Amino acid sequence: MSQIPLVPESEIPLPRLRDDNGLLSWIASIDHKQIGIMYLLATLFFFALGGIEALLLRTQLARPESQFLSPDAYNELFTMHGTTMIFLVVMPMLIGFATYFVPLMIGARDMLFPRVNALSFWLLLFGGLLLYFSFFAGGAPTAGWFSYVPLSQRAYNTSPGLDYWSLALFGTGIGTILAGVNFIGTVLVLRAPGMKLTRLPLFVWMNSVNSVLILGALSLLNASLIMLFVERQFDMRFFDEASGGDPLLWQHLFWAFGHPEVYIMVLPAFGMISEIIPVFSRKPIFGYAFVAGSTVAIMVLSYLVWAHHMFAVGLPRIFNIFFALASMLIAVPTGVKIFNWMATMWGGAIRFTTAMLFASSFLILFTIGGLSGVSFAVVPIDWQTTDTYYVVAHMHYVLFGGTLFAIFAATYYWFPKMTGRLLSERLGKWHFWLTFVGFNTTFMVQHFLGLMGMPRRVYTYPADMPGWALLNLISTIGAYILAVSVLIFVWNLVVSWRRGAAAGDNPWQGWTLEWATSSPPPVHNFERVPPIRSHRPLYDLTPAERTNQAGWSAVSQEIPQPTYAPATLALGIIFVLWGLATTWLISAVGLGLIVLALQLWFRQK
Amino acid sequence: MFPFDTASPQSAVIAELFNLIAVIAVVIFIIVTLGVLWSAWRYRHQDGQPEPRQIKGNLPLEIGWTLIPLLILIFVAVRTVAAMDLVDPAPPVDPTPDLIITGHQWWWEIEYPQAGVMTANEIHIPTGQRLLLQIEAADVLHSFWLPQLARKVDMIPGQTRWLWLEVDEPGVYSGACAEFCGAQHAWMRLRLTAHAPDEYEQWLTQQAQTPAQPTTGDAAAGAQLFQERTCVNCHAIAGTAGQARVGPDLTHLATRATLAAGLLTNTPENLRAWLKAPHTLKPGTLMPDLHLTDAEVEQLATYLETLP
Repeated sequence: MSQIPLVPESEIPLPRLRDDNGLLSWIASIDHKQIGIMYLLATLFFFALGGIEALLLRTQLARPESQFLSPDAYNELFTMHGTTMIFLVVMPMLIGFATYFVPLMIGARDMLFPRVNALSFWLLLFGGLLLYFSFFAGGAPTAGWFSYVPLSQRAYNTSPGLDYWSLALFGTGIGTILAGVNFIGTVLVLRAPGMKLTRLPLFVWMNSVNSVLILGALSLLNASLIMLFVERQFDMRFFDEASGGDPLLWQHLFWAFGHPEVYIMVLPAFGMISEIIPVFSRKPIFGYAFVAGSTVAIMVLSYLVWAHHMFAVGLPRIFNIFFALASMLIAVPTGVKIFNWMATMWGGAIRFTTAMLFASSFLILFTIGGLSGVSFAVVPIDWQTTDTYYVVAHMHYVLFGGTLFAIFAATYYWFPKMTGRLLSERLGKWHFWLTFVGFNTTFMVQHFLGLMGMPRRVYTYPADMPGWALLNLISTIGAYILAVSVLIFVWNLVVSWRRGAAAGDNPWQGWTLEWATSSPPPVHNFERVPPIRSHRPLYDLTPAERTNQAGWSAVSQEIPQPTYAPATLALGIIFVLWGLATTWLISAVGLGLIVLALQLWFRQK
Repeated sequence: MFPFDTASPQSAVIAELFNLIAVIAVVIFIIVTLGVLWSAWRYRHQDGQPEPRQIKGNLPLEIGWTLIPLLILIFVAVRTVAAMDLVDPAPPVDPTPDLIITGHQWWWEIEYPQAGVMTANEIHIPTGQRLLLQIEAADVLHSFWLPQLARKVDMIPGQTRWLWLEVDEPGVYSGACAEFCGAQHAWMRLRLTAHAPDEYEQWLTQQAQTPAQPTTGDAAAGAQLFQERTCVNCHAIAGTAGQARVGPDLTHLATRATLAAGLLTNTPENLRAWLKAPHTLKPGTLMPDLHLTDAEVEQLATYLETLP
């Protein structure tokens, strides 16, 4: 990349993982940058697990009537693939980026509640491990990521997998809610002088709106998970028609969480795109107020569209019409964003780094996902396509072609800030093109499979359905191409972290505050922060302000004590939950850990 | 009709609507893609180029790309509501079902209440008549779906749903359970045969007959086994003591095209293989493996084949 100025290798070696007193310092860390990196590494680990599950599923489906996986194994794997990718990869990966960058982008020293921040992370990690422990404790859950009753009730599913599912997600849910609270507090309280809310970088803005969404949606999920757990354990019959309950109640509760969840997995990705496209187009975001405002519109509307997941259930006509109209309406603020990003590129001076390749193809792939999404709001089309591979295709265009492409873009964009080293552009181009080809090969044909009548969540399909075998084989080949692309990506992370070209403070000539400090930033983030006059503070600097840091203001550099309290508390909470699925002895140990952790927590000032 | 075969007025409405939405979607997709590709090519960075003009926005444009999609969506909404009434008209106030379909793990119970006929996994209907289906579930959620014929409708235990079904042309139409329902969701296939009306009457008359019970040979031995082994606890055969509705009705099993909800073609060999080892062929099936000897399998199969 000739446009990127070369930075000489530093005299002082860049910090590495194994410095700073090793592993223990990470466990005790309450520094948002270390926690952010731990989030990203943990979610990368879970991404590998979810990816391996996907490959096994696609291998089974490569041929009709294949015997590669048993029905139970297939059902475990598709349940765990969905649960993993949603709760342990996409959502927490976005939270991980926000944990690292929100404080930097608003010129803060850390999150508002650093110890709570660490607690959120450890709950995610231990909760994820608890979920995976189910494989060794009698079988993973087999009722899908949505766990519809009555199939998830004890009468039809006696495996402890579903208990692990509800308890583990409850644990990670607490962490996610706390992360939401922490982000809102951080942005409201810790902004640098001059950073009005109307000058927030769009990533920060969208992450804040997203945090409000998290508070409502994840609280609802956690309440529903308790209902499911006590229904299974104590025969509570919330969802049993014969006892005066209603199986549809679970669907309403689940999707009233589940649809906001879709936006929880998309809004921060919109934020990433809104940072990356302007920087590589050398233009400010087109229509800042519209991009920011449309995010709020999406947040409000996303609470009013859940029943479009239930059009085939047979709800009253007027109810279906209401949810159809609300679901169509949400396409408007989403479309506004796409057009604004296009207009940002228009007339720019676009540098096609790997980050920009991912970001600009996001526009195209997410548009496909968005348009197929609108077709579900057209109720009769939904009656035809729901629960088919058409939905699988749509949902992956949104979450993979959309969110994951944005995450890849953000990784290439921000990795230099996190490590001081650039990711290899040569490997990056390979990664991008293989991902682009592999992704479309895997998922484009699934639209047609769905229209041809192939239901979702089937472990196999009849050999005599014309076209099914060929299209499934193509899709599986695409999945293997994707696997190769992910290996290249991981290889790029490893070699570039060790030997990548030195990045310097601001390799992309970015405009937001994270580029005003060193790469990686010092533990206190900033010596001084520049004056802030717009959402592009570094762009506005005068030459004097730029070279001599004239007019930059000093900020707090107080560093709180590291503590094991958050990790211990998270371990205690997860042990208590684990005990509920096994024996009270484990819960008792968990309670002991919680008492110990709270003592540690409150002893320290 | 593209994008899927349609064989009823209801599914034709869906396909027509799909094509309308698809055209709108493709046009928007082309605009976005061309816009991105054009910018990528026309506005790529060139060496020595100064910073481009810093355009912060444009209010008329913003209003335009808010309002135009809104207008398109209002049009789509009107078409949607109109199509809902065509695809899924309300059932009569006091509905009398022509068929009652009940979803079970993992098979379909099909009842013709007026003719007193019970069958499983294979629906037979006359062409050119609009039939009212009563939709039920016996255990977990299922979803009734014949892609070429009708809207999908979920089957919910304890709740009744109604569906209009109509077929234009005689033929065989494939369907499936569309809601995940456990281990063998994949092999909960459904088969609908549409007959010319007189042919349908013949079929119905035949199905309504109570078959004569065999008195000699393997078939008689099989009839006795059916009553003595636990078969009779779950399966019904008209004209015998077996009247249970836990598993599929076997009265006219010999006339069906498939076994085990679409898993196997109904051949003598497959019927014997199924009786011998149901769990090998359909892991998780609720039919118990009775560890029948080869002789018992032969007797039972012979019996079931004599019940036309």
